[in-house]
Amino acid sequence: MAELIASHDQVAVPRHRASLRARSRSVRTGLLFCSPWIVGILAFIVYPTVMSFYYSLTEYDLLQVPTFVGLGNYQQLASDPKMLTAIYNTLYYMALWIPLNIGLSISVALLLNLKVRGMAMYRTLFYLPVLVPAVATSLLWVWFLNPQYGVANWVLSLVNIPGPGWLASTVWSKPSVVLISLWGSIGNTMLIFLASVQDVPKDLQDAAEVDGANAWQRFWAVTLPMLTPVIFFELIIGIIAGIQFFTIPYVITGGTGNPADSLTVFGLILYRAAFFDFKMGYASAMAWAATVLIFVLTFVVFRTSNRWVYYQSGETR
Amino acid sequence: MSLAIAVPRRRQDLRRTARRLLTHLLLILLGIVFLVPFIWLLSTSLKTDPQIFLFPPRWIPAPFTLLQYHLALTTIPFFVYTRNSLIFCGFTVVGVVLSCSTVAYGLARVRWPGRDVLFLFTLATMLLPFEVTLVPLFIVFRTLGWVGTFLPIIVPTYFGSAFYIFLLRQFMMTLPMELSDAARIDGASEFRIFWSIALPLIRPALAVVALLQFLGAWGDFLGPLIYLTDQKTYTISLGLQQYNTQYGTEWGQLMAASTLLTLPVIVLFFFTQRTFIQGITLTGIKG
Repeated sequence: MAELIASHDQVAVPRHRASLRARSRSVRTGLLFCSPWIVGILAFIVYPTVMSFYYSLTEYDLLQVPTFVGLGNYQQLASDPKMLTAIYNTLYYMALWIPLNIGLSISVALLLNLKVRGMAMYRTLFYLPVLVPAVATSLLWVWFLNPQYGVANWVLSLVNIPGPGWLASTVWSKPSVVLISLWGSIGNTMLIFLASVQDVPKDLQDAAEVDGANAWQRFWAVTLPMLTPVIFFELIIGIIAGIQFFTIPYVITGGTGNPADSLTVFGLILYRAAFFDFKMGYASAMAWAATVLIFVLTFVVFRTSNRWVYYQSGETR
Repeated sequence: MSLAIAVPRRRQDLRRTARRLLTHLLLILLGIVFLVPFIWLLSTSLKTDPQIFLFPPRWIPAPFTLLQYHLALTTIPFFVYTRNSLIFCGFTVVGVVLSCSTVAYGLARVRWPGRDVLFLFTLATMLLPFEVTLVPLFIVFRTLGWVGTFLPIIVPTYFGSAFYIFLLRQFMMTLPMELSDAARIDGASEFRIFWSIALPLIRPALAVVALLQFLGAWGDFLGPLIYLTDQKTYTISLGLQQYNTQYGTEWGQLMAASTLLTLPVIVLFFFTQRTFIQGITLTGIKG
């Protein structure tokens, strides 16, 4: 009897059991390999994120136990003039830096793609500033833009333009910082665009040329649509990098955000709230306000993306 | 007849040459804009103070002097800071290479339910700004008594980093699956396949990760600013900032110190350029 059942099930059961065993083994192997990261996510991302939200509902100065204040921190944030200034400064920076970074990087990538001699040399040249540590970049540019002895105003004086105060002027400080960031970021973004410009199928370009499209039309009708996925990617990256903008304004202003708070970006007031005023709860609420801002911006970009991002395979995301 | 053909061709040649010249002109102009800050940095660092404060500026120092470098190296404990930077860079490079390659293997080469969820989660964590975790992590490390040591900026790298995991995973996905299957049939353990087959094959990607992490740690400012509260543990990036506030107008020394901070990175880049550029391109959307 037992033999009969055994022979009856011989084929089905062991195979099923074997695949189950293989499956559980692969789960174990997978989890084992990923375990450092799973621990890392829990310890350095999930736990702090949850705690950050909790702290944002409390008052906490590191010395006493956190006291629950509900949405008090958020209410205070909404009417904090420094917070509004910081958000304004950060958005101003992003609105200038993100499009310029993408636009200039595409332009440089297109120039480099023209198969000129010495392309590798030019590429290296544009990439070099990316390597400079942010602290050195900041110090170097403070001296470069020095209103009295700097190169920038010397060049302007050659064409009889009285130079502005750059980082010392409330009007020019933000554009100056955008310029500094661009110097350090274009090399990187350009490389990524260069790779995708080189991926644009040659036959598409040729077909457009045969149809009588000039270089400008070929760019708008062929190259640019092919670049839209990368533009989309760089937009998202730009938004996230923009809200985390910290080192350059910190080093330039010695942490003050001056002149007249014109360089007080979001990361800077959060740093000051946490590590100067020891308002851990308030700083956490700031962080959440920033996160909501990022999500809103990213969401808008995502929602509009199916209207302008082109995927070669014909699918829209 | 031959003349009729020759003329348009010559005109075409002319136009092509003109276009090529224009491209070069644009690239050279742009190159100057990118390069001038470097020249200014180097030029200032080799001048004496009276030369530095000249307007219009003199580009070539006369006389050349290494005085600013001498002062920069002696007014702050430059070598201690450099050693600290190297310790920080070294430990975190080992950390990310070990942890991220292991995790990437689990995400790319082992089929298990849940790995896609983990991968998506990994990508999502990159959207989280540092501001959110900054305060709670500081509180944790403070409770552990780690503030003032390198531990808060080194230990997390041994538990993976989303961006590098993503990069290595993309790379590992391109290896043919048959390689692992053949080894499995031969009775190799999964760890063995990872260590002796996968890792040697992704060596270029590992080099990219190591390089990027070295650069990142060398230039990192926020981490050291928050956690390295003891001057003896300052990294060079952080030490430079202290220098700025202390000798705000000593531009010669500042430029000399900035040159010294930048130089190792540029030298490293020139030795590893090809790997490097490939890696950057890889991190684009192509994967």
